[in-house]
Amino acid sequence: MNRIDARFAKLRQSRRAGLIPYITAGHPNPDWTVSIMHALVESGADLIELGVPFSDVMADGPVIQHACARALEQGMTWQQVLAMVAEFRRRDPHTPVVLMGYMNPMERRGMEAAVGESARAGVDGLLIVDCPVEESAEPLALLAGNDMHQICLAAPTTRPARLERLASVAGGFIYMVSLKGVTGSAALDIDSLAGPIGRIRELTDCPIAVGFGIREAAQAAAVAGIADGVVIGSALVSVLDECKNLPDAVAAVRQFVEPIRKAMDNNRELPSTPGRPAVGET
Amino acid sequence: MDEHAVVTPARIGLPDEQGHFGSFGGRFVAETLMGALEELETAWLRYRDDAEFMGRLDADLARFVGRPSPIYFAERLTREAGGARILFKREDLNHTGAHKINNTVGQGLLARAMGKHRVIAETGAGQHGVASATVAARLGMECAVYMGAEDVRRQATNVYRMKLLGAKVIPVDSGSRTLKDALNEAMRDWVTNVDDTFYILGTVAGPHPYPAMVRDFNAVVGREARRQMLDDEGCLPDALVACVGGGSNALGLFHPFIDDESVAFFGVEAAGRGLHTTEHAASLCAGRVGVLHGSRTYLLDDDGGQIRHTHSVSAGLDYPGVGPEHAWLKDTGRAEYVGITDREALDAFHKLTRLEGIMPALETAHAVAYGMKLAARMRPDQSILVNLSGRGDKDINTVAEEEGIEL
Repeated sequence: MNRIDARFAKLRQSRRAGLIPYITAGHPNPDWTVSIMHALVESGADLIELGVPFSDVMADGPVIQHACARALEQGMTWQQVLAMVAEFRRRDPHTPVVLMGYMNPMERRGMEAAVGESARAGVDGLLIVDCPVEESAEPLALLAGNDMHQICLAAPTTRPARLERLASVAGGFIYMVSLKGVTGSAALDIDSLAGPIGRIRELTDCPIAVGFGIREAAQAAAVAGIADGVVIGSALVSVLDECKNLPDAVAAVRQFVEPIRKAMDNNRELPSTPGRPAVGET
Repeated sequence: MDEHAVVTPARIGLPDEQGHFGSFGGRFVAETLMGALEELETAWLRYRDDAEFMGRLDADLARFVGRPSPIYFAERLTREAGGARILFKREDLNHTGAHKINNTVGQGLLARAMGKHRVIAETGAGQHGVASATVAARLGMECAVYMGAEDVRRQATNVYRMKLLGAKVIPVDSGSRTLKDALNEAMRDWVTNVDDTFYILGTVAGPHPYPAMVRDFNAVVGREARRQMLDDEGCLPDALVACVGGGSNALGLFHPFIDDESVAFFGVEAAGRGLHTTEHAASLCAGRVGVLHGSRTYLLDDDGGQIRHTHSVSAGLDYPGVGPEHAWLKDTGRAEYVGITDREALDAFHKLTRLEGIMPALETAHAVAYGMKLAARMRPDQSILVNLSGRGDKDINTVAEEEGIEL
């Protein structure tokens, strides 16, 4: 079973929402990435989204742009990202890892090779930011052949017909973008999420994770009340950007992630949803 | 052919409904942009067949832009080159001094028809930014122009022009601080402010429907030129020559001639310090196929797929990708793409200025330089039509700097 599916099944059983931190591979220092990944898991992460650095991250805000630039300046490559995942897997065979990146570096490697070697490194899904469902036939077939998922984005502006098409191919989880904007934007309106989440739930059982603009524990807890997963990226990357050495980075990760985990788990007012067992006494 | 009809994709069958030109083009963007692109496509498909909208566009092109632009026989330049007759399509005589206004007038009217109150644009040399700011001023819209910080420095007079027109110029400090980064930043603004904002993309690149829509708005250049050649010269030219950064002036000229098999197309890219170096911007001549800014097309990247920094003396050609229809024209052999170096372009700038009293933009000077080379290989009874896409006032500081002259 794909690790993402196994993890969300387990989360549903325990009626918890998944915590999905995003970091950019190689940021702030390529030598630290694997240790940071382990620290994330030890602090309560359920799934790790690992960013593949790219020079032109059109959907990302300034924080992730800067993180990508720093990683690239230190010579990060696609092969090194995979080597990091493989090293992470030696100590952690269970935590799912999703690579989030853009088309061109994967195409330059060759999509077939890129998917095959990702699977061998222990990657469980790819989120190719600039590969919409219309252009996904090739990656989808390759991913399916390797027991991996293509993680699809859904946006507040996604129209119903597209949402249906998207839901029909989505695997692992659907990454619902919480707002109109780029990663790291400021204005998250939690009340506006219920409608779009409901519409996706009508179409698919696939778990729904919400991201873009979630930066602290209270927001994460509120989102955990209505979604299956909470993605936190830019806020965490900002914290890492300040770290001067690996022990600092590991300590900063713990200090940032643990309160979020706690707040999410304390929020037990989970509504009953089609994809989730009914809530008992809470 | 109806003079005022937009050349519809149906005429050549491309792009397909998903925006593909053969294996090129498409819509490689994040889901966050899809809704906006669908809204734009729906509006464009509606208004390009709307007689009132197209009538308004034609009227604006005539009275605001000053169309039609003339065809001019460059007699002394022809003698200097020694071969085929060199003619110019004088897009430099348009309001704001370049072909860019053809597209911004069209997209500005579309923005208004869609009820948007704010327009944004990216710009390299500043010509598209000025053309967008001009249209925004006329339509009473708010306007923000994203411009690479390096280009803000190179094109100071155009920056001031945009400010005079009431636009906000936002310098972009990320990446290579040039056109590609300005485009990224404009896209980010668009996804954030999609409800009230229209993105006026300045070239035939980007996600569908931009490559087709920008081509169609610029195709007025080729439609006029084709008729003028038949009326004034009595025959079609043997070759068309235009510079290619993203490629909008070239496609605008080429497109209406696509079925005229006797007319050869030459796209001229910026070879910078030479195609043998990495300091150029010639994605068709020296690049490979990849995905950038929403399209599959030829681009310049490294072995890891990271987009490379490019170089050209002309900011408007300093772009690592190219419109997907050019990629298709290259691979089908319908068009040929060549490189002209900074040095050759500067020489042509001076020659045209001194021999004809026409000061071309440095982008345009690339086309002029190749036009002269090509003419020398052709017979005097043949003719070459060069798209004189823009005037050079904006570039005099750069030229002076290159010549070591302090103004």
